[in-house]
This record gives sequence, C-alpha cells and structure tokens, in this order.
Amino acid sequence: MKTLKDCRKACKVKVVKLNADTDLKQRLISFGIMKESIIEVLEHTPAKSTIEVKVGKMRIALRAQEAGLIEVEEI
Amino acid sequence: MKDLEGKACPVIANHIKIALVGQPNVGKSMLINSVSNAHLHVGNFSGVTVDKTEVLFDYSDYHFTVVDLPGTYAFTDYTIEERVTHEYLCAASYDLIINVVDSTNLAKNLQLTAELMSMSKNIVIALNMSDEADKEGINIDAEYMSELIGIPCIKVSAVTKEGIEELLEAVVQVKEAETQESKLIFSEPVEEEIAQIMWYLDKHKHKAVNSYRNIAINLLKNNKKTYARLHDEPIWIELQPILIDALKHIELHHDSDDIKEAFAEEFASFNRGIVAEVVTEENAQIEKKTLTEKIDNVLIHPILGIPIFLFFMWSLFQLTFEIGSIPMEWIDAFFGWFGDTVGATIPNDDVRSLIVDGIIAGVGAVVLFVPNIIILFIGIALLESTGYMSRVAFLLDGFFHKFGLHGQSFIPLVTGFGCSIPAYMSARILKNDRDRLLTLFIIGFMSCGARLPVYVLFIGAFFSPEMAGNMLFAIYISGAMLGLVAAKILKLTAFKGEDEPFVMEMPKYRLPSAKLIWHTVLTKTMMYLKKAGTFIAAASMLVWFLSNYPHNLILEEEYGSKIEKSMSEKEQTRFANQLAEALLEQSYLGRIGKFSEPIFAPLGFDWKMSVALQTGLAAKEVVVSTLGVLYALGDNVDEDSNSLINAISKNISFASAVAFIVVIMIYLPCLAASIVFTREAGHVKYFFYLLAFTSVAAYGLAFIAYNIALRFS
Repeated sequence: MKTLKDCRKACKVKVVKLNADTDLKQRLISFGIMKESIIEVLEHTPAKSTIEVKVGKMRIALRAQEAGLIEVEEI
Repeated sequence: MKDLEGKACPVIANHIKIALVGQPNVGKSMLINSVSNAHLHVGNFSGVTVDKTEVLFDYSDYHFTVVDLPGTYAFTDYTIEERVTHEYLCAASYDLIINVVDSTNLAKNLQLTAELMSMSKNIVIALNMSDEADKEGINIDAEYMSELIGIPCIKVSAVTKEGIEELLEAVVQVKEAETQESKLIFSEPVEEEIAQIMWYLDKHKHKAVNSYRNIAINLLKNNKKTYARLHDEPIWIELQPILIDALKHIELHHDSDDIKEAFAEEFASFNRGIVAEVVTEENAQIEKKTLTEKIDNVLIHPILGIPIFLFFMWSLFQLTFEIGSIPMEWIDAFFGWFGDTVGATIPNDDVRSLIVDGIIAGVGAVVLFVPNIIILFIGIALLESTGYMSRVAFLLDGFFHKFGLHGQSFIPLVTGFGCSIPAYMSARILKNDRDRLLTLFIIGFMSCGARLPVYVLFIGAFFSPEMAGNMLFAIYISGAMLGLVAAKILKLTAFKGEDEPFVMEMPKYRLPSAKLIWHTVLTKTMMYLKKAGTFIAAASMLVWFLSNYPHNLILEEEYGSKIEKSMSEKEQTRFANQLAEALLEQSYLGRIGKFSEPIFAPLGFDWKMSVALQTGLAAKEVVVSTLGVLYALGDNVDEDSNSLINAISKNISFASAVAFIVVIMIYLPCLAASIVFTREAGHVKYFFYLLAFTSVAAYGLAFIAYNIALRFS
C-alpha cells in the first residue's frame, strides 16, 4: 500500500483512499484531496517532516504523518 | 453613490443584513473595505479574520449591515473560527448571504458554495479577484453560471473596485425576490433517494417551512437539526427504514461508509460540471511554472529557506534601529523644547511640574519610539500580506513540532511581535484546544511592539550604534527561543497529548499595494499614538502624583538652608540634586519602590526600576514613561544628562540592565492582553497559571542573567 508519504519530489499520484478520521478527512476533502484527485509533490523540508503538494490549483502543506494517511497509486 | 430612478418609496430606507461567507483568504474583509471604506485588517493567509465583525454603510435607499465572518473551507467546525461562521449561518437572522469566491480557483471555492446552496437561503455570489483571473487568462461566464446554479453571480474585484455597484444592485434585487430553490443536482442514486423521501413526505402532507427537497437533502446529509425536528413526528416510524435504505444505497454507490465523504464527492462532481461549463482558460498550454512556484523554489528551498528567513528578520531589526534612530533625535529635541516652552508659561510650580515632568516627559518618552514601531509594523504587514507567512509556517513546522508546537502556531506567534492581543485571538486557527492553550502561553515570549521602546532605550544606553540592530535581533530571537523551550516544558508537563494534524493552504504570493500597507501601518500607529495620548498620559500623571506627594517640608527647609549657605554654584546644584532625590524617595511611589526593592535586589534593580516594572503591568509603554518621569524628577539637573538614555546609562549598571531586559521579555503581558488571554483560554485559572509561570521564569532567568553579566562587566 503506497501512501503520499512515500512519494518523492515532483511525482504525480492519484488518491485511492483516505484513512484519516472524520475531521481530518473533511478538511482534506475541502482542500480537494479526495478519491480520484491528482496530487503532485512540490517540495519537502530537509528532514521530510513536512511536504508541499499541489492539488488542482491549490498548494497545501502537510506533515509526513498526515501524508501517510492518504493512500495513492501511480498514474 | 449612483442614483436609482423609479424607486417606489425613496423616503423609507430599508435594512439589508448580509452575511459575508467564503473560504479563507478569498478577500472577504478586503471586499467590505472597498464597499464601505472601512479599514478591516486584511492579509494574505488563512485566518486573518477570526471573529465576526459588523460593518454598516448606506447604498441608494438601503442601510446595509454586513457581517464579515471568518473564512471557512466547509461546514465542518474544524476550528473555533469556523464554528463561529457555522453557528452564525445556522442560528442568526440575516436577509441573505454574499458568498465570496476566488475566481482563480473556482472548483475549490464552489465546495463551500454547494453547502450554502443546500441551506435554502438567498445567496449572491461575488466572483472576487476577477482582475487576477483576467491576468491569468481565466475567463468565467458569469451570466451562464447564474443561470446554471440559479444564483446571481457577479464579477467583482476588491482591489480595483470593479463590479461593486453591480454586486450591491444584485443584493437589493435578491432581497426583494422570493427565496428560490437551488439548482443543486446530485448523482442519479442520490436524486432517486431524494425523490423517494419527497414522495413520502408529500404522501403524508407533512407540514414544514423548508421545501421537501431541502428536508430530504438534510436528512441524507445527517443534519442533526432536521433529524431532531422529524424525530418527534409520527411519520418518523415509517421514514426511518426508508432513510436507512437510502443511506446504504448512497454509501454503496460511493464505496465509503462515511456519508459526509459521499456528499463531499457529490458536491465536487457537481462543481466539476459547473466549472467545465463556465470557465475557459486561455493559456492552458503545457504547464508553465507560475511566478509563485518560481519564488517558492528559492524561499522554501530545503537548505536555504531558513537562513533566508533569518536574514529577513535580521534586516528588519537592523532597519528598525538604523532608520528609526534618525527622527528619534528630532522627536527628543522637540519634546525638550516643547516642555521648556510650555513650562515657561506656567507660573505655578506644581502645575508646571505636572505638565512638564509628568505628562510631557511621560508621553514624550513613548512617542519617541514611534519611528521604530512604524518600521516594525511595516515589516509585519509585509510578512502578512505577501503570503510569506504560510511559507515560514511550512519551513518551521518540523522544528516547531520537536518543541511540541504546531506549524500554524507560527502565525499567532508572529502576530505577537506586533501586539499580543490580536495574537491571542488568532490562536483560534488552531484546532486542538491543547495546542491552542500551549500557543497562548507562549505568545507572551514574543516581544510585542510596546516592549520595543524599552529595548531600544536600554540598547541605546549600553551599546554602540553599530551593534544596536544586532542586539535587538538577539533579544527577539532569544525571546522566541525561550518561548520554544517553555513550550517543550509545558508540552511535557501540563499539555501532554496527541499531536494535531498539520494541513494548511499555501496562498499565492501577492504584491501588496502601497495603499494597503499604508492603511495597516497607519491604523496601528494611530492606535499606538492614541494610547500614548490617553492611557499613557493618564498613567504618567498618576506616576507623577505618586512620586511628588506627600510633600516633606522638613526636608525642603533643611536643604533650602543648606543651599542658601553654600558658597559655590557647584555645591548648590549638588544640594538641589540631593533634595530632589530625597523627596522622591519618601514619596508614595518611592515608598512602594523601597518596599519592593528587597524582592528585586538579587536582580540588581534599584527602586525606580522596581517601580517601572510594576507600572509596566498596566502597559509596557508605561515602563518607559515611568522611567522618564522618575529620572526627569530625579537627579538630572546637570546640564549634560537631559535625555533619558543618558540618565539610564549613568544610573543603571550593565548587569542590572541585562536582568531588566530579561524580565521585560518574559513577565506578564499588559493588563489588556491578560484580559484577552483569560477570555481566549476560557478560564480564570489559566491566568493564574500564566502569572505563576511567567513570574517564576522571569525572576529565575533574570537572576541567572544578572550573575553572568556581573562576571563579564
């Protein structure tokens, strides 16, 4: 099972499933991170603790921990 | 504004109450500002507005009340400020909603719009930032969009003020019209179930204010209020199994056991449809890197990012000193001259002393630092309005996380460099109560603008001008570092618990207009000056009174005869100084100071410094004005020490000054901030925790700093 956490910089993936709890899931969905949406990894901090991704036209920062809850697949 | 012809009754003014709703950072406050000439605080990050604000203005024959609500991504109650919006929309009474959306990112913004549409309220959509969309080659067919979703959509730009009148016209028209059923269309399975429930309600001739469709949608969305209302009806018994089947059907269709997720997906596909119909993009060529991405390549670079940020901060404090010190001399000279001139016109000794040594010295000491404050405010305004703030939150999240803080804590903490009060408020963007409380406790470690004068004063007294900027930077950075350490300690002891998820939008970079910066800085500076003219002036008078009374005639006579008998002028001056000093020491304030002196003696403070710290509890500016009054009354009769900086460097040792700065950095924020802190923390007990925590930390660290400084000097 691949998650967004495992993605390297500049890779593009498709969301398969959100494993977050209801609150966080709602927030991710309202940011456009939901099933079928395409995510591109833009940047990460040196320790890879925080990553920046692009969904549609929006740039979102999230922690590796949260990225680990987003199941993705290569496209 | 524009004259409206053909109005039926132009005399009677009507009220229209509007709730302004939109996702964070779409320019809601900015839009109100350009509609009404109000000066609400705007910035380029999520969570500038954290509480609702009402703005009143008139347009044609109407009185408008616009309620600016905090931005919300969806109706999720994720954070406190989002809860404010949600509760207001559900419970308060208003005529209609203006939904502000960002034209450059319609798909995302419509997610909230779809939720609003299911509320069956009158809505007008403001397609904001249309100027930016034009530049990016994004074209929205507003008329077609209005037709498709059954809601008037108006292109506006809060920056260029385009479309503002059209928006208000649309508002007036919608207010006069009947509430229309929204044209929100779902996928086939959901529509089937809606039809099923509607058919059932119709069969039983169910009486309700809202339409059957609306009730059906709310039932399927698990809206608690709708459930509560229907639960008491007899039809509930039959409705329940229908609902259970319906929900199962929808969940199966969406392959999810979460109905909220299913509906979010429904909304998203509806929105995709709308966007595909109405939006055309001109340069949809091969993905070109946007300007924001190019800038981000440098500013959030994994290695260079943090050094660049530190360099920006260092430059800010250098500028604060370099540029700030130029007009300071003029202001100092002005108040000196002003005091002398005014003093010369007042015959009565007591009144003259009150005006010159009390009010003018006290207020002057605070006004002296206006240039520094302005530069600091410009720096913070730039940080807030360019979009850089969120980048720093991104860069520092990993680092902050180690200390138990949240990346988004950075935003209230930076605001804290300006003033603690808005900083306490902006901590509402943090979802988790524990994280929020932790951040509230740490905000005080970020030295606010009012403490800047104290630092500038003491640095000016003890360091060369070349070093001053660096020292100021060092003070702020070490304050922040102490804050982080304190956060770690609190996280390990008082606020143990799970980590909060960190998910944050990174806004586009925007070049703030000079006008915007000007307004932001002007508003804050005027507030500072107003405070100097009112609160600080009153406090200075009080300090003057407490330090002049009671009069001691015996002392005065004793020294009076000494002065008369003395031969040389030099000796006379010496006795006059001694008299002033002795009078000051036996004044009310002197007694308070003397009483508390033993407490502060281990830190090397004389009684004047002890008093200044205590008056500083009212407001940090008062520290400077108190010192100003005390040293103006005291022994500065010799001609070369007419400025406060000289008085400080002559009367206070280096080690004591270091300890004093440490206390100022850490101890309890001002009275107003403490009140806001208590309100935001939610309980009085937190105030006492803060009092204990800051006092112990301030005293302990000042003691250590004093002893280290003693070794070196």
